[in-house]
Amino acid sequence: MRVSLFITCYNDTLFPETGRAVVKLLERLGVELEFHPRQTCCGQMHANTGFRAEAFSQAKRFVRLYQDTETVVIPSSSCVAMIRDQYPGLFAELGNEELRKQFAALLPRVFELSEFLVDRLKVKDVGAYFPHRVTYHASCHGVRALHLGDRPWKLMNKVRGMEQVPLANLDRCCGFGGTFSVKNAEVSSAMLAVKLQDIVATGAEFCTALDNSCLMHLGGAMHRQYAGMKTIHLAEILASTETSPAEGVA
Amino acid sequence: MSQGVYHPVLDPAKARPFPEAVLPVLRNPQLRKNVAHAIDVIQAKRGKLVVEKTDWQALRTAGAAIRTHALENLGAYLTQFEERCTAAGGVVHWAADAAEARQIILNLLREENASEVIKIKTMTSAEIQLNPFLEAAGVRTYETDLAEIILQLGEDEPSHIVVPALHVNRAQVREIFARRMGLKDLSDDPRELTNAARNYLRRKFLDIPTAISGANFLVAETGSVVVVESEGNGRMCLTLPRTMITLAGIEKVLPRFQDLEVMLQVLARSATGERMNPYTSIWTGVTPGDGPQKFHVVLLDNGRSSILAKKTERQTLKCIRCAACMNACPVYRQTGGHAYGSVYPGPIGAILTPQLMQMHHAQTLPFASSLCGACYEVCPVKINIPEVLLELRSQVVNQERREAGRLFDPMYLGLRIANLIFSRAWIFHTAQFLGRIGLGVFTRKDGWIHSLPSVGGKWTQTRDLRGLPKQTFHGWWAARAAKPSGEAK
Repeated sequence: MRVSLFITCYNDTLFPETGRAVVKLLERLGVELEFHPRQTCCGQMHANTGFRAEAFSQAKRFVRLYQDTETVVIPSSSCVAMIRDQYPGLFAELGNEELRKQFAALLPRVFELSEFLVDRLKVKDVGAYFPHRVTYHASCHGVRALHLGDRPWKLMNKVRGMEQVPLANLDRCCGFGGTFSVKNAEVSSAMLAVKLQDIVATGAEFCTALDNSCLMHLGGAMHRQYAGMKTIHLAEILASTETSPAEGVA
Repeated sequence: MSQGVYHPVLDPAKARPFPEAVLPVLRNPQLRKNVAHAIDVIQAKRGKLVVEKTDWQALRTAGAAIRTHALENLGAYLTQFEERCTAAGGVVHWAADAAEARQIILNLLREENASEVIKIKTMTSAEIQLNPFLEAAGVRTYETDLAEIILQLGEDEPSHIVVPALHVNRAQVREIFARRMGLKDLSDDPRELTNAARNYLRRKFLDIPTAISGANFLVAETGSVVVVESEGNGRMCLTLPRTMITLAGIEKVLPRFQDLEVMLQVLARSATGERMNPYTSIWTGVTPGDGPQKFHVVLLDNGRSSILAKKTERQTLKCIRCAACMNACPVYRQTGGHAYGSVYPGPIGAILTPQLMQMHHAQTLPFASSLCGACYEVCPVKINIPEVLLELRSQVVNQERREAGRLFDPMYLGLRIANLIFSRAWIFHTAQFLGRIGLGVFTRKDGWIHSLPSVGGKWTQTRDLRGLPKQTFHGWWAARAAKPSGEAK
């Protein structure tokens, strides 16, 4: 199976280790990967901040770049939600008929990472080993836009050595919300404080999720507060094995 | 409030921008505990009652369909309501805006020679700021809903549309009642507090012959008005007075009496976490010898028909004011309602308020959301609040981006530059390179950024940011592809 990886702008820039883990994981599972060098951003930041015309130009760019690919995998639930929930409206409002058709044909082939593993590859046990205490944060877009359901747990339950600690108020937002975190920085920080209390109370070493944007927010606060915890994208846990542990995990 | 720190302003034309208005709230531990505690109690009750209803999603679908159909044929159903209500002895008045509605109500009160009026909780009357207007015109208003009494006597404002005094705790209620009712020895035992309110109210019910209500629903088929409540004060107002004046937004109409089957189920479970609310009053015009013998309905537009005209925004009017969205909202849970500067707070307020203001005020409200989607998930009539928030954000940006002052606004400048960056891969890659150099100045030896200037400082005021790694993912991929072994570290 050929998969084109849309890594997303912020993973490319800030979290390349997540991308490397996705490559390691999917190649281990026998997937043939390609990476379109001209990819940039899905347009989520612009769309969510009200810059619709700009978001449209990035959406158009995404469709043009990926229309001929077999399958697109994206290790970021909010970017997939952007494509699924917001592209149709953007194209209906600003796009032409040809673009709408191209997008409609492409959309069923766009997967979030855990969807791709569970629904498409039909694997649960990816052969991972991660001997740590971990709590999972269910990112809002994964829960309420993509309806990921129990997919993350199907994968996590098969990770050898990993102890899972359930998180209270699981689906409560961490307060990131993209530019919300700076436009309403104080409310965002208040939400973050409440979320972090729940996370720290688990006593886990790592907080994982399927979206590095939440993890950047949570991880930034953990670092500021010397909380003694780290964040790690689930792809990095799933890629980790006895012989090749996750990067940066001492 | 007893602290006297601030007095909430619920007039969108005068309220401060949301990010500023939240500041005193976020620093107020009592208020935040009160709000979070109340929200958690309601949420837990609602959660249980939704789970037990195995056809909950079907009910939501039905609720959404009824409300959508009613709005799509609003003119016809309003006309039908007017006809049936008039035939049953009611008098229907039409008010284009708040000023007209206030004047109609004042004129009706003057016809009755009313110097006092009792009120059933109505957020619509708060929307048109009826009480201060009537007081200025010499009519004393007496709220009869327990929460509204607390707010009226405490000179406070509602912070929630179902539980208006949600931000006030028992000890604060005791203080307000003791002070305003002259009850030195009052304790904060809920029964004692309720009795104090009951004694205070009883005289008003018996003495004042004119009442004002809102409406949860108007039924076109029968010309009936529906009010649901928990305390029985509404029932008192609907039986003792001679004259009843009902103020209702034009969107409140339901086509058929039978539609109440769905709406009353979803409303009670969503609003208060009850299978059925304690008091449901339905009345049709006047009935000789029973209840008020004069009945007026004031149908209020006040910006609603302009919302109705817009495709994405129209769904806002489906709202049945259950407040499930604000109870589910992680923003509201931190801020409570006053910071929204509107009688309608929370997610529904964030979309309704600026629209009622024709987008001339409250432009910061559509941004008062992390877009987590919890509001849409719980909405019993399936209002896609995040979708409307995004539509309104786009309208605000289109308004603001033309303003000269925005040219160098860091947010606008940043997003325009980001758009250029994402337009071509080579620009993106150059920006990553320059960004690493630029941020390198702020990156400490531990590889983290602890403090940034300008907009970045909004991030670093409470969080660190990891410095940019030396190699991007695409850089790693290219290096890896260049090696024959296909292995790069």
